[in-house]
Amino acid sequence: MVESEKTEYWRWTESRWTNPDLDWRNGDIISAGVDVGSVSTQSVVMIDGQIYCYANMRTGSDSPDSANRSMKWALEGTELPLDKIEYTVGTGYGRVNVPFAQRAITEIACHARGANYMYGPTIRTVLDMGGQDCKAIRCDERGKVTAFLMNDKCAAGTGRGMEVFADLLQVHINDVGKMSLVDEEPEPVSSTCVVFAKSEAVALLRKGWSKEMVLAAYCGAMAHRVVTLLERLGVENDFAITGGIAKNIGVVSRIEKELKITAPEPSIDPQLAGAIGGALFGKALVEKSRK
Amino acid sequence: MKANYGYKDGSGEYYITIDTELCNGCAKCVEACPEKVLEVSENELDPLVEDLVARVTEEHRKKIKYSCAPCKPVTGRIELLCVQICDPGALSHSW
Repeated sequence: MVESEKTEYWRWTESRWTNPDLDWRNGDIISAGVDVGSVSTQSVVMIDGQIYCYANMRTGSDSPDSANRSMKWALEGTELPLDKIEYTVGTGYGRVNVPFAQRAITEIACHARGANYMYGPTIRTVLDMGGQDCKAIRCDERGKVTAFLMNDKCAAGTGRGMEVFADLLQVHINDVGKMSLVDEEPEPVSSTCVVFAKSEAVALLRKGWSKEMVLAAYCGAMAHRVVTLLERLGVENDFAITGGIAKNIGVVSRIEKELKITAPEPSIDPQLAGAIGGALFGKALVEKSRK
Repeated sequence: MKANYGYKDGSGEYYITIDTELCNGCAKCVEACPEKVLEVSENELDPLVEDLVARVTEEHRKKIKYSCAPCKPVTGRIELLCVQICDPGALSHSW
């Protein structure tokens, strides 16, 4: 028997980081947020509301194990023991399965809070494009949710859908966005279902479409889908995108074009928004209990 | 806060909207709903306060179209029972 290993085009890069300017020994409130999503898991540790370290990795089949692994990786090399973290908030799909968390908070609240931290208090509309759902959120200057709308019925318009296309077209997930920027925009494929969109794409390839054109058709479909979601809720400036798809220029630029609005470039990995929000809630809850 | 619970699919938009600023947590809607779609709990979207507000149960969020079907106009009712009974007018729906 001959076996072969093929490249996993959908596999995005996992990462961790420690802030060299901070020392946990000098901190007052150490809080953490763990966002166990359907596709990725992030752990963020904050010292007095500043990011100290984080890890961003793929979610496994076991949520408690994914939470443990990502926190262990985040703390690697920092000598910060887990029990020194005063308050940990779990969020995301697997939020109730974070073994060391004091509380679970919905990812909608956490993403609004995280976007407020990442992009500043002028953000009023947040679009979270996650691994398996997308959420349109409106918030006030403190990052408090004022309205939300969610689509978690199917994977169209989500990171999982993009992974399916990266795999189908054998284009690395990091290159999908750039490759999809074609001169002449094709008609988008189905935006209601990833499986329908995939079979449409196979038909287009058979018709002789280039990979670039097919990717453009899919990014267009994805953008259109989330724009209808946002329009139902109403978009108010400033507007920001969080979640993994925020790194995909193909989708982001099409959303911006359809809404005639620009989203700021993220200075921090946009996948971390939920975990950052969780850590900030952790800090706020510690402060509340000390009063 | 306007919390929209539900979804949009190929057949239409199915959202129950609860305005948490208006909701007083009286739970009359919970009693009124024949399908037990609603519940009253702490406001999950504002973790720093402890007010009780109505929400759609996790179980029904992805099948509102079917859960709310018994109250559709075709059965002769003018307005959804939950909407009718809500004194502060915190409930609305998208269809």
